[in-house]
Parts: sequence; C-alpha cells; structure tokens
Amino acid sequence: MSTIVLMTVTGLGLAALYFLVASGLSLVFGLADVLNFAHGLFLSVGAYATWWAAGNLPGAGPDGWGFVLAVAFGVLAGTVVAALVELVMIRPLYSRTIEQVLVTVGLSLAGVAALQAGFGADPRPFPRPSWTQQVVTMAGARVPLDRLLLIVAAVAVLGALLAFLRWTRYGLIIRAGVENREMVTALGIDVRKAFTLVFAIGGAAAALAGALSGVYFGSVSPTSGASLLIFAFIVVVIGGMGSVLGSAVAAVAVGLLQQFVNYYGTSGAGDICVVALLAVVLLWRPAGLAGKAATA
Amino acid sequence: MAERAGEPHHDGTVTAGERVGETGATNPDGAVAAAERISGPQTADAGTASLLQVADLSVRIAGLHILQGVSFEVAASGVTVLLGRNGVGKSTTLRAILGLTPRNGTATGSVRLGGEEILGRPTHALVKAGLGFVPEDRCVFGGLTVAENLRLAERTDSPDYDLVFSLFPELSKRAKQRAGSLSGGQQQMLSLGRVLLNHNRLLLIDEPTKGLAPKVVTEVAEALERAAQAVPVLLVEQNLAVVRRLAGDAVVIAAGQVAWTGPGEQLLADPALTKSLLAVNAAGGH
Ligand SMILES: Nc1ncnc2c1ncn2[C@@H]1O[C@H](COP(=O)(O)OP(=O)(O)O)[C@@H](O)[C@H]1O
Ligand SMILES: [Mg+2]
Repeated sequence: MSTIVLMTVTGLGLAALYFLVASGLSLVFGLADVLNFAHGLFLSVGAYATWWAAGNLPGAGPDGWGFVLAVAFGVLAGTVVAALVELVMIRPLYSRTIEQVLVTVGLSLAGVAALQAGFGADPRPFPRPSWTQQVVTMAGARVPLDRLLLIVAAVAVLGALLAFLRWTRYGLIIRAGVENREMVTALGIDVRKAFTLVFAIGGAAAALAGALSGVYFGSVSPTSGASLLIFAFIVVVIGGMGSVLGSAVAAVAVGLLQQFVNYYGTSGAGDICVVALLAVVLLWRPAGLAGKAATA
Repeated sequence: MAERAGEPHHDGTVTAGERVGETGATNPDGAVAAAERISGPQTADAGTASLLQVADLSVRIAGLHILQGVSFEVAASGVTVLLGRNGVGKSTTLRAILGLTPRNGTATGSVRLGGEEILGRPTHALVKAGLGFVPEDRCVFGGLTVAENLRLAERTDSPDYDLVFSLFPELSKRAKQRAGSLSGGQQQMLSLGRVLLNHNRLLLIDEPTKGLAPKVVTEVAEALERAAQAVPVLLVEQNLAVVRRLAGDAVVIAAGQVAWTGPGEQLLADPALTKSLLAVNAAGGH
C-alpha cells in the first residue's frame, strides 16, 4: 500500500513536469501551428538561470525567499527567451512548416551547445531548499516533499492558465484562434500578437518546469530539456493540440503509467508503454483526447 | 480559363427552383460561355458616387486563374448583389477584397475603398477600418459561447447590442450556449450579429441564407434589409427571392469575369437573361 502511494505521488510529480512543458507546447501548436522543437531550450534556460541566480543574484539563494527569487529570475529568463525566439526566428517563417521545423531543431541544438560551452557538459548540482528533501507520511508512505512541490506548482499553473483562457480578452482570442485563426483576423484582431503571448506563456511554464526539475533531480545538465521534451510531445498529442485541460489529463496518464510500469515491470518498460498508449489514443481518437476544438 | 477542381460548397438543400445554378451545376461552363459577353447597362446611378471600386481584380490560386480581371463598383448605400453560379469565384472575390486570398495564391489589380487603395493590406486592419465580413460558412467559434463570440467581435467601446438583440432576440436568450450547438440559422444570426455590433463602412456578406429553412431565410432577409438601411452591403446571394427583396445593383460573375452589371430588378425581370447568366428560371418562384 505505502509503495502504491509513493509511486502515485512520484508519478504525479513527473506528470507535473510533463504538464508544465506540454501546456505551452500545446497552445503554441494549437494557435500558431508551430511545432516548436526549441521548447526544451526554454526549460534549460529556466533551469540554468535559476541555478545561476541562486549563486550570483543579490538577494537570491538556495533557500527560503531567496530561492523563490531565483526561480522567478529563471522563469523571467525563459519568458524573455521564448518571446524573442518567436519575434526574431519564428515570425518570419509562419506557414513555412519545413523551415520552421529546421529553425527550431537547429535552435535547440545550438542552445544545448551554448549551454555546454558556458557551463560545461557535465550535470551541475542544483541548489535545492533543504525542506524539499524532507518527507511527510501520507497513508503510511514516506513521501518526499519535492514531489508535492511539483504537483502544487503544476496545479497552480493549470488553474492560472484556465482562468486566463476563460476570463481575459487574450484568452478569448487564443481559444478562438485555436479553432479558426483566419476568422479571428476577419473580426479585426491582429492574431500575431497572441502568438507572441502564447510563446511567452509557454516559455514561462517550461522555465518553471526547468527550475522544478532541478529540484527534483538534484542537478541540471544541458540535455535535460531534450529528454523531457519527448514525453511532453507525446502528452500534447495524446491530450489534443491546443487543449490545456487535455494536456493535464494526458500528463497524469503518462506520468502514472510510466512510473508504475517502470517499477513493477523492468526499467524502461514504462517508456514503451507510454508509446503504446500514444498509439492507442491516436487510433481511437486521432485528434487527441480533447479533439481540436476546446482550449479550456 | 480556370479549371475547376471540384466544388466543395453547396449541399443544395434550399428552396428548389429559385437557387442560382442548381440545374446545371455539374458542368456550368457551356451556358456560361454563351453568357459571357452579355453586358447590361453599367452601374450608372450617376447621383451617388460608389463606395468601393474593384478594378481588374485577378486571383490565382495554386496555379489556377480563378478571377480574370473582375471590375465592378459597390454603391455607397443599399445592397449590391454579387451573383453567379457555383464556383465562378464570388467568394474568392469577397475574400480577395479582404486580403484573405490563401497563401498559395495571389491577388492583383485594384480595390479602392472611398478612393483609397486597400488591396494587399492586412485583413485585421481592413476590418478595423470598417469592412465587416460574414463568411460563407458562418465560421462561428463552436467552442465559445454565443456571448463570447459576440464579445470577441467587439471593435468599439460601445457595441450595439440593442440592435443585434432586437434583430435576433434568440441570441440574447442563448448567450451562455456553446455556438457549436446552435442550429444553422442561429449560427448565421450569430455571424451577422458579430459584425452588426460594430460601426462598419461596408458589409461583405457571403451567402447568408445558404442551407437554411425557408422561415429562417425570411428572418435573415429581414435582418439584412434593416441592416442595409444603415450601412451599404456587398451581398453574395443565390436565393433569388432574397435578391429580389434586397437588391439595388447586381453584378453577375461568370467564368472568372464580370458578365453583367445593372439594376437587380432588370436582371430578375428578364427570364432569358437570368436563365443564360444564372441557369435558373426567375420568372417562376416566390
Ligand atoms: N483555396 C483554394 N484552392 C484551390 N481552389 C480554390 C480555392 N478557393 C477557391 N477555389 C476555386 O475557385 C473557384 C471559385 O470558388 P468560389 O469563389 O468559392 O466560388 P463561388 O463562391 O462563386 O461558389 C472554384 O472553382 C474553387 O474550386
Ligand atoms: Mg461561395
């Protein structure tokens, strides 16, 4: 029993990371039709910027409010990089799919190389607040607090994103744009401004995932973004392009499946099961769990 | 000469007998060729200057020459009807005016609104400048509520909800309903409501009665009639009863070119002409 509780919480913690990466990826694809392979770079930027800030930024540090400030700095860095990537590299290439893919793939490779050049190829120990390494007892299981931190953060982001999409003018534009972008422009709205915004939001969520994955794994490395990105893509496809709620549900399914199968089966079998789940969903509902319509 | 690659439009459900091009829809080219060069009196309502001038508009999409030098004018008041059989390029014309030619296509020529060249300007800027667009297939946002669809379309600080709800009371009753679950007629009302909320200089409306039940057609026509008292309209319409009710000038397109322009009444009063241009018998009907 206690193992099941621990596995569940750990799986949900993993799901939280997947969701944070996938939600932005999904909105960007749903609205702007951009398959952004550079999304993992935003995660790495967030992780490294947090790591850097904890050691160097005045007021920031590995504990307490200092750590909050370091994470805020990391998220800001991810947001800015994402917005710049959209404005400078993606914007000139809308509707040119092949070029876009090449640019975003190239950017992610270049980003990894730049991080290696700047910080070395080896994993760096990540500053983590000491309380995240403590455990609480839940239903007989000793659960590390870092997992709960991931879950709480992802739930907060989910709530904020849904509220944003539901209650704000830009949220309305994004939901409408995911359905029919051309019609949004035909109502007199410059939908491209929303593209930049969606990139920035996605960059912020991915950067948060970067900082939190640093806490969870205890280290950052230049390639950690790329490995999370693969599962995030699977989550996006399962959840349905453009659907934040779909991403959340899919992330939970993928995280739990992976965790349980890897534990009870042989290690690595969980990843295979995730791919099998992807295949089943695509056969059963080609547009993903949420279809393409609803963003909320 | 444009080759036509299939016709995605038209389920052909509405009021038989008085819809344009239904009879020869499978291969309209023969009749169109015969009608091609018939020319009525030019739109010469000498008193009113026209609001929109389309000159030598050509559209190529994916290598097909769909519009081949279309020229016509839209009067500064009332309804100008754009007619022609399925697939002649009516929607393509409206979309080219609005800068919505697909990316694998080009639009050349000239489109002037109030004397100003607008061809090539971005769609959102044109709409903001007062070109209201009601597209062929309504294009309401199915995942959004009726109220959200309307809110999204607001372009002014004082959107005219009174007008929209007086024309279409249904929309205020169904404010919280998802637009995707509305009937076709209700979706059309929503699509019209979205533009009528705002002040427009010209409305471009594409087949608003397509696929609607006769009672709803009447309702939509009434709303158009009222709207047209306040703002000029360029209307694509296949239902000749609606055309008869609304039309000031008529412009007929055939085979990618303007085949006839003149007063709508004159076109409808001449069975031989309507038959050759539109392949319908307008003399019968409602
Ligand atoms: N995006 C497109 N790609 C290829 N062909 C198109 C496209 N849009 C319209 N066409 C073609 O242009 C012609 C005119 O279409 P359209 O303007 O929709 O006709 P109408 O509105 O008069 O029925 C048709 O033959 C149609 O197949
Ligand atoms: Mg059409």
